[in-house]
Amino acid sequence: MAKALVVDDSKTIRTILARTLKEIGFEVLEAANGREALEVIEAEKTTVPLILLDWDMPEMNGLDLLKRLRETPEFSSMVVVMVTAQNDLDHIGEALEAGANEYVMKPFTKDVLVGKLELTGIQL
Amino acid sequence: MQSQASVAEIRPENYRFLQEHVYSQVGIVLEEDKHYLFECRLAPIVRQLGLNTIDDLCTFLKGNCQTEVGRQVVEAMTTNETYFFRDPAQYEAIRSVLLPRLMEERQQTKKLRFWSAAASTGQEAYSLAMLLIAQGLSDWDVRILGTDFSSQVLERARSGKYQQIEVNRGLPASLLVKHFRQSGTEWQLSEPVRRMVSFETIDLRNSMHGLGPFDLVFCRNVMIYFDAGTKKSILEELHRTMFGGAWLLLGGVETAFGVDEWFERQTVQNATVYVAR
Repeated sequence: MAKALVVDDSKTIRTILARTLKEIGFEVLEAANGREALEVIEAEKTTVPLILLDWDMPEMNGLDLLKRLRETPEFSSMVVVMVTAQNDLDHIGEALEAGANEYVMKPFTKDVLVGKLELTGIQL
Repeated sequence: MQSQASVAEIRPENYRFLQEHVYSQVGIVLEEDKHYLFECRLAPIVRQLGLNTIDDLCTFLKGNCQTEVGRQVVEAMTTNETYFFRDPAQYEAIRSVLLPRLMEERQQTKKLRFWSAAASTGQEAYSLAMLLIAQGLSDWDVRILGTDFSSQVLERARSGKYQQIEVNRGLPASLLVKHFRQSGTEWQLSEPVRRMVSFETIDLRNSMHGLGPFDLVFCRNVMIYFDAGTKKSILEELHRTMFGGAWLLLGGVETAFGVDEWFERQTVQNATVYVAR
C-alpha cells in the first residue's frame, strides 16, 4: 500500500484528508507542520510518494517545506498537492513556481480532491 | 412550445419540495442558489411529460414521488453537473490523437470548427478552448460554438465568470493561473479563451439547419433526457452538421443505442468516440 503524508496544523483537516486518502487506498501518515513533516519524510526516505500540504503552519510553513523538498534530489519527485485556504492567484502561482504538482483551495469536496490527485498522474 | 422563462417558473415552496425530494432519496443537499440548475436539468423532463412548468412537475411529483419520474428528477439534479475537463480521457484523446489528425487534415485551410451541443454554463467549451490554445493553434481559424436550450445558463457561460468551487474542480492549477483572473469572489476567464467561443440558444429537438459543418461535436449527458425516437432524429441532425469522418463525443453513461446508423464507434486511448460515417 502506497503511503501519503498529510501536513496540516488542523487536526480536523488532517482527519478529513486522511479519511479520503484511506478510502482510495493509501496508508496515511500525519504531521502538524513543515518541520514535523520533514522528520517523517527523512525517516521514511522515498517511500512517501504523495504529500498533501497546507500553507500556513507554525515552525515551518508549507511553501518552505515544498522548496526544501524540491532542492533535495532524493525527495524532488514526490507529488506535492497544496491544500490550503490561500486562495488567490499570487499564492497559487508561487506554489506552482516552487514545484507544487497541484493546488486545492479550501473549502473543497472529496470529488475535488480526488480529481486533483488524478491530475497529478499519481497511481490511485 | 413554452418559453424558457415559463418552463423555469418555480415557486419557493416547490423549490423546497425539490430540495427535500432529492435529500430524501439520495441524501444530497441542494443549496438555495441552484435555480439555474433546476431549470437546465428539469425542463427536459417537464417537456417529456408534456407539462408546462417545473411547478407542474412538482404537482405531479407530490403524488408520485416513488416513480420513475421521481428517480429521473433525482438523477437529473445530482449526476450531470458540468465542470472543467469532465471526463479527462476524452480530452486526452483529443489532445493526443484527434487534434493532431485534424491538424494534418486541415493543414491547407487551417480552419477548425467545434460544437459543444449541451454547453450548460460553458465549462466544456472553455476547457476545449484552453486545450486548443495549449496546442499552439494561434495562426489557425478556430471557433467553438456552445449551445443550450437554456438562455439562463448561457448567460453565465458568456460571462466567463465562475465561483471558486467551480474552478477548484477538474481544472489544473496551471490553467487557472494562466487563463483566469480573480474578481472579488469570482474567477474571470481571460479574453483570448472567451474570444474562441460563442454561445447560442438552441433546442436540439429543432432543426439544426445552418449549423456546421463541424470537425468535432460534444453532445454529453443530454441524450438521456430524450426518448428513442427523439434521440434518433437528433443523432441524424447532428450527423448532418458534421464533416464526414468528424468525431462525436457522448457522455460516459450514455449508451450508443441508435447511433450506429450514422456513426461508427471507436475507442481512442481510453475514450469512446463516434466517427461520422
